[in-house]
Amino acid sequence: MQKESAIREPLILGHKTYKDITDDVIRPITGPAPLGWKIMITISSIIAIYGVAQILYLIGTGIGVWGLNKTVGWAWDITNFVWWVGIGHAGTLISAVLLLFRQKWRMAINRSAEAMTIFAVIMAAVFPGIHMGRIWLAYFVFPLPNQFGSLWVNFNSPLLWDVFAISTYFSVSLVFWYIGLIPDFATIRDRMIKPIPKKIYSILSFGWSGRAKHWNRFEEVSLVLAGIATPLVFSVHSIVSMDFATAIIPGWHTTIFPPYFVSGAVFSGFAMVQTLMLIMRKAFKLESYIHVKHVEYMNIVIIVTGSIVGVAYLTELFISWYSGVEYESYAFINRFSGPYSMAYWTMMTCNVISPQLFWFKKIRRSLVATFILSIVVNIGMWFERYVIIVTSLHRDYLPSSWGEFIPTATDIGIFVGTLGIFSTLFLLFTRYFPVLALNELKTILKSSGESYKNKQDK
Amino acid sequence: MKKVFHVMYDDDDTLLVAARELVAKGIHINEVYSPFPVHGIDPVIGIKRTRLAITSFMYAMTGTSLAILGMWYFMISDWPMNIGGKPSFSMLENIPAFIPVTFEFSVLCGAHGMAITYLLRNGTLPGMPATNPDPRTTDDMFVIEITTDTNSMDEKKLEAAIKKTALFELSIKDVK
Repeated sequence: MQKESAIREPLILGHKTYKDITDDVIRPITGPAPLGWKIMITISSIIAIYGVAQILYLIGTGIGVWGLNKTVGWAWDITNFVWWVGIGHAGTLISAVLLLFRQKWRMAINRSAEAMTIFAVIMAAVFPGIHMGRIWLAYFVFPLPNQFGSLWVNFNSPLLWDVFAISTYFSVSLVFWYIGLIPDFATIRDRMIKPIPKKIYSILSFGWSGRAKHWNRFEEVSLVLAGIATPLVFSVHSIVSMDFATAIIPGWHTTIFPPYFVSGAVFSGFAMVQTLMLIMRKAFKLESYIHVKHVEYMNIVIIVTGSIVGVAYLTELFISWYSGVEYESYAFINRFSGPYSMAYWTMMTCNVISPQLFWFKKIRRSLVATFILSIVVNIGMWFERYVIIVTSLHRDYLPSSWGEFIPTATDIGIFVGTLGIFSTLFLLFTRYFPVLALNELKTILKSSGESYKNKQDK
Repeated sequence: MKKVFHVMYDDDDTLLVAARELVAKGIHINEVYSPFPVHGIDPVIGIKRTRLAITSFMYAMTGTSLAILGMWYFMISDWPMNIGGKPSFSMLENIPAFIPVTFEFSVLCGAHGMAITYLLRNGTLPGMPATNPDPRTTDDMFVIEITTDTNSMDEKKLEAAIKKTALFELSIKDVK
């Protein structure tokens, strides 16, 4: 058994036993749906249906219904794509990177953060898909045999790297998540009484029986998956950033992009985890498992990544002047004083100033402040992508081709719609899936549980 | 005809102590069922470290080779494309641009190959029946399985040895 320092705050509060953990986690699954959940799923599925309708309208009519024009060929679509992919970075970071660093606090949040990742990546994948215009030809992104014409896809292009990166990231995250879910589904299966749910969980649990050899393999597989998912997390957003960085558009063509995008992604991902966790712990009474210490740990990650993002903004600004390239320096002057300066200053306030408030212990440990700031950060990160994409495109080398972008109702509708689809999926997850990695939590009960820690001292 | 003893413990540390006692008496433990991985049980009951990590490496290397071979064929051999006047006929000069896809494809093959092997080796697949002796073993109970056919000791002696441990419950079944 591992010993942990007595002054370190326990991760599981209260006098929990193994059985209590099981009961606490599966209560939302076995019990009736709470009223709040029903209201929330109704609202979010209405928004989701509206979003799907907007997407179908777009596909049926063509992407002219978006506000795009000849100058600004990428706007809300790619902004939303990058925003969602960024959010999708926290889950695998929590489960993979924190597993390698043996951070036990990840166990309370990894399951739902991974679910969030998967749903966010699905939302992200919608945008490049519909942005193609003729989505039924989407198979052209794969290297298919040449009967379609004498062309293969271009493996020198970051856009193609992105296809591989996002699909690998999505499928590996899904596998990682599901392998962790199997033993927990088995726990639910053995607790279910009604025959139909029992059968469903029995199928989902793949007949898991908890044999010693299986656990031995389980731990090895988790470790190796974490090991290979770690560079994957960093590669995905680096490649997303190369979509921009390899173009010769002023404002995009910078080598700072990969680390800047990765830390931005982790920053926004953790903010989204905070938003969701703070609601979830309250709604499902999981306060003993996700408590102030967990929130504080996540806020520390937010300060670190937020500060990296802040430094990156300032570096970009400095280099645009220091480089002596007039196009580059104009791109940045235009950012903070041009027609989109509002977006720029929103981004600066939300992403650079607001996370610095977490240096104060009171704010860092306050759930209300965290909740508000997590939403502020997510708004800021959306504006960051909007600023990078739209302000760089709308004025480039030729003043005669300058233009502006104004979003249409379809732009807004699809974005809001993806928020609806995302929350519907997440709500379904919280109702039918174990929201905490309950069997993993049992392994830390004796080393980090409150009552056991007290016993150790005596 | 053999007898199967399912010895239940209510704590992982008790289970570990009991397993050590039983093994010290020369009793062979067939299987341990637990709700979570009990660290330290594997060497006691003679479970070797799994080789799944090695398979993952092999799958990943297969992915690496396939990706490099594929990109060489698509971009260099079959149809070299003139992209901004960059060298299109040379593998060596294109390699840096091929690294991201090679990496992603290696991870894809390594992760999925290992995950599939893991599920097949465990025999945990959709629709497989649960084989844990008691539903409580996925909650808070730990079971040691001992059978008469893998032990030279007779039933009575086995039972006596088992009863000396700090057990919670014991069930004995006849199995053909």
